[in-house]
Amino acid sequence: MAPEHLVTTADEAVRAAATIGYPVVAKLCGAGIAHKTERGLVRLGLGDDAAVLGAATALLAAARPEDGEVALLISPMVRGTRELIAGCVDDPTFGHCVMLGIGGVLAEAIGDVAFRLVPLTRVDAADMVTDLRHRRLLDAFRGEPAVDRERLVDVLVGLSELVQSDSRIVSIDVNPLIVCDGVPTAVDALIEVRES
Amino acid sequence: MSRDVVARFKPLFDPAGVIIAGASTHPGKFGFVAAHNLLRHDYPGRVFLTNREGAEVLGRSSLRSIDEVPEGAADLVFVCTPAAVVPDLLRACARKGVRAAFVSSAGFAEAGEDGRRAQEELAALCDELGMLLVGPNGQGVVSTPAALCAQIVAPYPPRGRIAVVSQSGNFVSSFLNYACATGVGVSRAVSAGNSAMAGVAEFLEYFAEDPETDAMLTYVEGLADGRRFFDAVRKAAGRKPVVILKGGVTSGGQRAAASHTGALASDDRVFAGMCRQAGATRAVTVEEAFEAAAAFVTQPLPAGPNVFVLTTVGGWGVVTADRITSSPTLDLLPIPDDLRAAFDERLPPRWSRNNPADLAGSETRDTVTECLELAARHPEVHALLFLGLGIQSNQGALERTGPFYPGHGLERIVAYHERQDRRMAGAAFELARSCAKPVLVASELAATHPDNPGMVELRTRGSFAFSSSFRAIAALEHLYRYADHRRRHAPKGEPS
Repeated sequence: MAPEHLVTTADEAVRAAATIGYPVVAKLCGAGIAHKTERGLVRLGLGDDAAVLGAATALLAAARPEDGEVALLISPMVRGTRELIAGCVDDPTFGHCVMLGIGGVLAEAIGDVAFRLVPLTRVDAADMVTDLRHRRLLDAFRGEPAVDRERLVDVLVGLSELVQSDSRIVSIDVNPLIVCDGVPTAVDALIEVRES
Repeated sequence: MSRDVVARFKPLFDPAGVIIAGASTHPGKFGFVAAHNLLRHDYPGRVFLTNREGAEVLGRSSLRSIDEVPEGAADLVFVCTPAAVVPDLLRACARKGVRAAFVSSAGFAEAGEDGRRAQEELAALCDELGMLLVGPNGQGVVSTPAALCAQIVAPYPPRGRIAVVSQSGNFVSSFLNYACATGVGVSRAVSAGNSAMAGVAEFLEYFAEDPETDAMLTYVEGLADGRRFFDAVRKAAGRKPVVILKGGVTSGGQRAAASHTGALASDDRVFAGMCRQAGATRAVTVEEAFEAAAAFVTQPLPAGPNVFVLTTVGGWGVVTADRITSSPTLDLLPIPDDLRAAFDERLPPRWSRNNPADLAGSETRDTVTECLELAARHPEVHALLFLGLGIQSNQGALERTGPFYPGHGLERIVAYHERQDRRMAGAAFELARSCAKPVLVASELAATHPDNPGMVELRTRGSFAFSSSFRAIAALEHLYRYADHRRRHAPKGEPS
């Protein structure tokens, strides 16, 4: 996961950005907000104090009453040419499964995903990577090193452990999981929980 | 637990005596066919036919009621009666010591809400009676070690080591037909029907323990309890190979499956991942499913992905090289220098000098068998595929049936070619065993001319030839996937 700061004012956002180092990303978060991109609540590549101040002010103003309590999430701008998606789904037949897929804008069209039932062993997680038809995308690519398979296995096994640790979790969506210098880095996640 | 499962299924697969309940005098009825098939295949235990009128069936007297069956004389009942009378019938059977029931009768869960309730009550009743219930709405059960053919359809397969369980009865028949055609036989086969009590998971648990079974083959459409299925498959695959054919993969197939077995479908990619995780191998087509299972019971497992192709048929070699190269798991081994040198010593220079090793018509009496052995014994070769068996005896068949035979030297040359093909087939068969690696044979003659002496030789020895190299490679992918899974998922410190 990329380092993040959760703040509630535009001034705090600027201070957080300076601590992290530019460029940064600002997002409006709240328990009632599931799909940030669709509502324009993600601002990428903010390069200086003024850009952060402007974006933070606009995001806070975009909050709606039904969003509940909101906050600004400031995180470093993670760059990588390769994106993955990972998560957990609750399958009607097999129950909780961990998912790994090729991400990015073409993800849905490509539809290259692998599943394993929870709980996962590390070998199961490694097998998921080799299940992907486009697994060569995870090798050294355009001057970037190969994806660190052990770190990726950590992510998948971590998801399995997370969903097992809390019975309220229905699904987890880590999208995108950006490959940055070979390290899979989660820059956003959505956890759907069951009302107890 | 393991002993429990064997004891529980013993009356089904190895019964001391069988009752056909609802035996019919009418040759068009299931109650007639079931009696016919059981008697036709010389089941050695005691057989009792029941018929409401006590009519003679197939020349045998029948009993009017279960009450007339001697106590303890039968432990399996095969039920062909209308659904409504099944509960009372099974109560009577239980009193006589029957411990397993195969219910072929329709009119249960597949017939709507009332049928579903009747099925639940039937399962509860059998639970209470301590009776194993298979079906209802199933086609039957076959157990070759017991010479048991208790089913309302053909065929009865040769004895062998593949165990079959299917949610669709037709696929049991199809797999058994393939067994008859290839000669690669079956240990047990059962149509699970509506799976009121025993479903695919329960049968796989039994097959895993069954000493008559070396590989399992199953067809599933939908699963009431996915986790239960996963656990059973994983446990079974830890012991023996499990080949799965799944119906309802696409939305079109899922609609068909929903109307067929009333099963809900989940994302097929989840099912695919489940199979991988459990260590089962999944077939795309019906013939691939059978041939994978047949390969598992006739071939050793490969120690790695390297395939070597030896061919006397050039074009087949080329397309097979393409197929292996595009395999997600197998590798076309670049020919090792020492193997090339060894071939050079035996062949004129026009051979391909690569993998596939195309002998290009340069074979003499011993070259094919020698080259097969050299390739099979090479440590870098994990599996060997031989293409071109039977060609000479196919020409021989033409000569043998023509107007010039046996003169003009034809008798002698035909006999020579037939001997050669038998010899090559025998060599491929023996090398698989002595080198403990797969040695597969593929030729379209297996389908087009199954009487070819090369094909017959393999069948006589209990093996078979694939009818194309594509099918052989598909089967080899199953062997490799299973072996690879066993190696990588073996608990630490335990050899796979």
